[in-house]
Amino acid sequence: MATASATQERAAELNVLSRKQRSLWGDALYRLFRNKAAVAGLIVIAMAFLVAIFAPFLAPFSPIEIPKNPASQMEPLWTGSKFTDPRYLLGTDFLGRDIVSRLIFASRISMVVGFVPTAIVFGLGVTVGVTAGFFGGWLDQLLMRFTDIVYAFPDFLFLLIIVASFRASPFGKLLDGLMLIFVAIAIVGWVGVARLTRGQVLALKEREFVEAARSVGATPRRIMAKHLLPNALAPLIVTAAFVVPNAMLGEATLSFLGVGIIPPTPSWGQMINEGFPLFSANPWAVLLPAICISVVMLSFTFVGDGLRDALDPRMKT
Amino acid sequence: MLKYTIRRLLLMIPTLFFVALITFALAKAAPGSPFDKNPDKPPKQEIVDRWNKFYGLDKPVPEQFVMYMSNVLHLDFGTSIRRQRPVSEILGQGFPVTAQLGAQALILALAVALPLGVISALKQNTMVDYGSLFFATVGTTIPSFVMAIFFIYIFALGLHLFPITGWGTPQHMVMPTVILALGAAAFLARITRASMLEAIRQDYVRTARSKGLREQVVIVGHVLKNAMIPVATVVGPAAAGLITGSFIIETFFSVPGIGREYVLSITALDYPVIMATTLLYAFFIVVANLSVDLVYGMLDPRIKVAK
Amino acid sequence: MTDLLEVTDLHTQFFTRDGVVRAVDGVTFQVAAGETLGIVGESGCGKSVTALSLMRLIPQPPGKIVSGSIMFDGQDILKMDDDDVRGIRGKSIAMIFQDPMTSLNPVLTISRQISEALELHMKMDKNEARNRTIELLELVQIPSAKKRIDDYPHQFSGGMRQRVMIAMALSCGPKLILADEPTTALDVTIQAQILDLLKNLAREFRTAFILITHDLGVVAGMTQRINVMYAGRIVEKADTVELFANPKMPYTWGLLRSIPRLDESRRAKLVPIEGLPPDLIAPPPGCKFEPRCQYRRDVCSEKEPELKRIPNAKSDHEARCWGTQEGGWLVDTDWKREIGDTRLIEAIKQETASVTATETPGE
Repeated sequence: MATASATQERAAELNVLSRKQRSLWGDALYRLFRNKAAVAGLIVIAMAFLVAIFAPFLAPFSPIEIPKNPASQMEPLWTGSKFTDPRYLLGTDFLGRDIVSRLIFASRISMVVGFVPTAIVFGLGVTVGVTAGFFGGWLDQLLMRFTDIVYAFPDFLFLLIIVASFRASPFGKLLDGLMLIFVAIAIVGWVGVARLTRGQVLALKEREFVEAARSVGATPRRIMAKHLLPNALAPLIVTAAFVVPNAMLGEATLSFLGVGIIPPTPSWGQMINEGFPLFSANPWAVLLPAICISVVMLSFTFVGDGLRDALDPRMKT
Repeated sequence: MLKYTIRRLLLMIPTLFFVALITFALAKAAPGSPFDKNPDKPPKQEIVDRWNKFYGLDKPVPEQFVMYMSNVLHLDFGTSIRRQRPVSEILGQGFPVTAQLGAQALILALAVALPLGVISALKQNTMVDYGSLFFATVGTTIPSFVMAIFFIYIFALGLHLFPITGWGTPQHMVMPTVILALGAAAFLARITRASMLEAIRQDYVRTARSKGLREQVVIVGHVLKNAMIPVATVVGPAAAGLITGSFIIETFFSVPGIGREYVLSITALDYPVIMATTLLYAFFIVVANLSVDLVYGMLDPRIKVAK
Repeated sequence: MTDLLEVTDLHTQFFTRDGVVRAVDGVTFQVAAGETLGIVGESGCGKSVTALSLMRLIPQPPGKIVSGSIMFDGQDILKMDDDDVRGIRGKSIAMIFQDPMTSLNPVLTISRQISEALELHMKMDKNEARNRTIELLELVQIPSAKKRIDDYPHQFSGGMRQRVMIAMALSCGPKLILADEPTTALDVTIQAQILDLLKNLAREFRTAFILITHDLGVVAGMTQRINVMYAGRIVEKADTVELFANPKMPYTWGLLRSIPRLDESRRAKLVPIEGLPPDLIAPPPGCKFEPRCQYRRDVCSEKEPELKRIPNAKSDHEARCWGTQEGGWLVDTDWKREIGDTRLIEAIKQETASVTATETPGE
């Protein structure tokens, strides 16, 4: 029945006293690896990473160069239509470029967009959140007012405006538009992390162990680093697992709308944007990048869910 | 309650003001001009000057902002550069379409999510539960435009059930509404399930059972009433998600709403439309959040709204 | 006099990932109509699970009442169908839970939560139920009950909420009330008030009640008889007076040593029971208390003693201990003077320390 988990916990509590315990993190890791979906997600992500790193060795063709006199847009081999070419396993796009190669190189964009802005988001968000939560005062007030405003802006709308505004500037053209996307995602994302961290810190600040640390004369810096951050770490890790795919989603959507990665550099969203006008003629040029996005996003969600369940079993949803 | 509502309404003003300020600043910081669409054939300088004068773009930027805000207070949102028509007229045409799409999607999302979340919590760890969890995971994870591609491939190109793009007839509305609702439905179903599971393991549920109440009475009278409180609080964010989703879906399916207008304006740097639409969206999100807080106060007796 | 409640060889287990938890492991006891019984023991020794089993409120899965019988008023609760059990819950057997903060539904008014049972079991209409609720609240001495009836639980203090819980339990005139640590979550001053109220009302209504607590001090003036539970078993049962005067199980001695007494000299130290309760998945083969017992001998770890009558005891006094049974080495031991083998106490302390050290400090 539905009350099962509650009782399981109670039963577990009964044992806790005498049963040997793994360490907190070891236990979390153990629970994560027992979660089949999370393990599958980790494997897919690891593979996507390898593909991204070794893209130049894996791709049979150039993802950018347009072949001279392409016969016509090729369909994937398995469709068995007359528009197939054994050299192009998954067919070609509207300019005759090999889809396999473009998909492989596009994975680089997704991986980079997933992790670089996340690093900025967390660096900034955690620093501001911990400081605001710990010291309160004007910084805290400022942060809260600022988040109120940002919350009235849907994330993606904000992202879209920033990117659209600076797309034509020299900065917007750096790294085929990647730089602007990094910065835009970071600007939009750090506030949420700061708010979460602040909330964690505020809650933890009142706990006895912080009180105890303070009473023995620990400095604020030490309390923050040794007592607050480690305890706020679990929810932050879980959040990270969702910020990464969100960043990827941001890039994909921007590119799909035609304001993301600057062509001819391939990204999955970009490929959908380019292939969509000819969707009915060659659906696979659109479906394949769509499948790639779906699989990678699902993998991240599985890992994120797995992490959340593993790190905070009571939060299990 | 009334006092609280008024205070919250007043607090909306600075929020909206800053939204306007940020959008305005970004638009002004943007290089390029809406008038040089064709880089090969730039328009004559005197024409550009005349246009700039017409749109008030020749004045200093702070003055432009003040002028814009005072016009907005009179509900004058200026003239679209791209369409050469008053912005209020464009929004007036697009808004009913977007509102209908959004309302349909929200109702559909709630109608699917609440029963699904409740049933899946009651049948925890059964096939029903796993099925709905899978739906929730897929629905919250797969971006709407990707979902739209799969839907079009299966239902439009494959089964020929619905037209691909356009708006007007019920057949046209099915796919955009369903896809827009999907994300919100998945999100709400997830929250409902979690919230039910949290409520069902509370001590007061055991108390209710110890009174000899039937299981249905326990669930409906005791568990649901508590479980719905957190769900109500996320309907606001879910509605905000629908708004964000609407401009992608409208662009995708060529729905003539303000979302599509917005995306077109963004690529064309049509400031007046961007500004007005952003403000409108922000206004709706703020109102949605406010109404959620008020509903929250009504649902949960522990929250004393009137203070 | 026939017994109102007769529990025989009750086994309740939880089937968890790590194994089967034998939370209640062969418990037998009786309660006569109007009688009061205390069940005492440390946390996790099966008291609450026993109470929940009586009302068949064990969440299933993972819990299950595996065997035994619970005869209540001539019927076996374990053999009833679900509808009949619901007919008993709240009507013939009512329960008062430990934490009045969490045991009342926060979004329903007090009146709703009490009337609910009245409408269901007493077939009252809304108005009758409401009037009866006011009477009940007055009975449990809630000031200006009429005004407060439509308040929500959070508008009451902890003590007042527990009074509401008592009113709720009394509402349908039950024959038996199970009070599971009813005062543990309350301030010490409030505890006495609540206990007094409970005692007086039970006497007034001639309701039998079972008071479950970890605190021997709480049951002292409250109940006629006491069962001491340890590791899912009853280890000693006796008259309350007899138990306090002449306890016969080292575990009970431990419990008694750990409650402060005003009538003892100041120098009498509070002595905790060293060690930890056993793992109920793999309990020790012999006496369940043997690993923590400073009076233990080899026989204790080899074979579990039966619950047996104490020789020369005044009334129906039973204990589960090799040492105090006929011919045992503790028959003439005065627990107040002889605290057992001190080397054993040290050994148990060290063992406990080494077990706790391998655990990570939780939250």
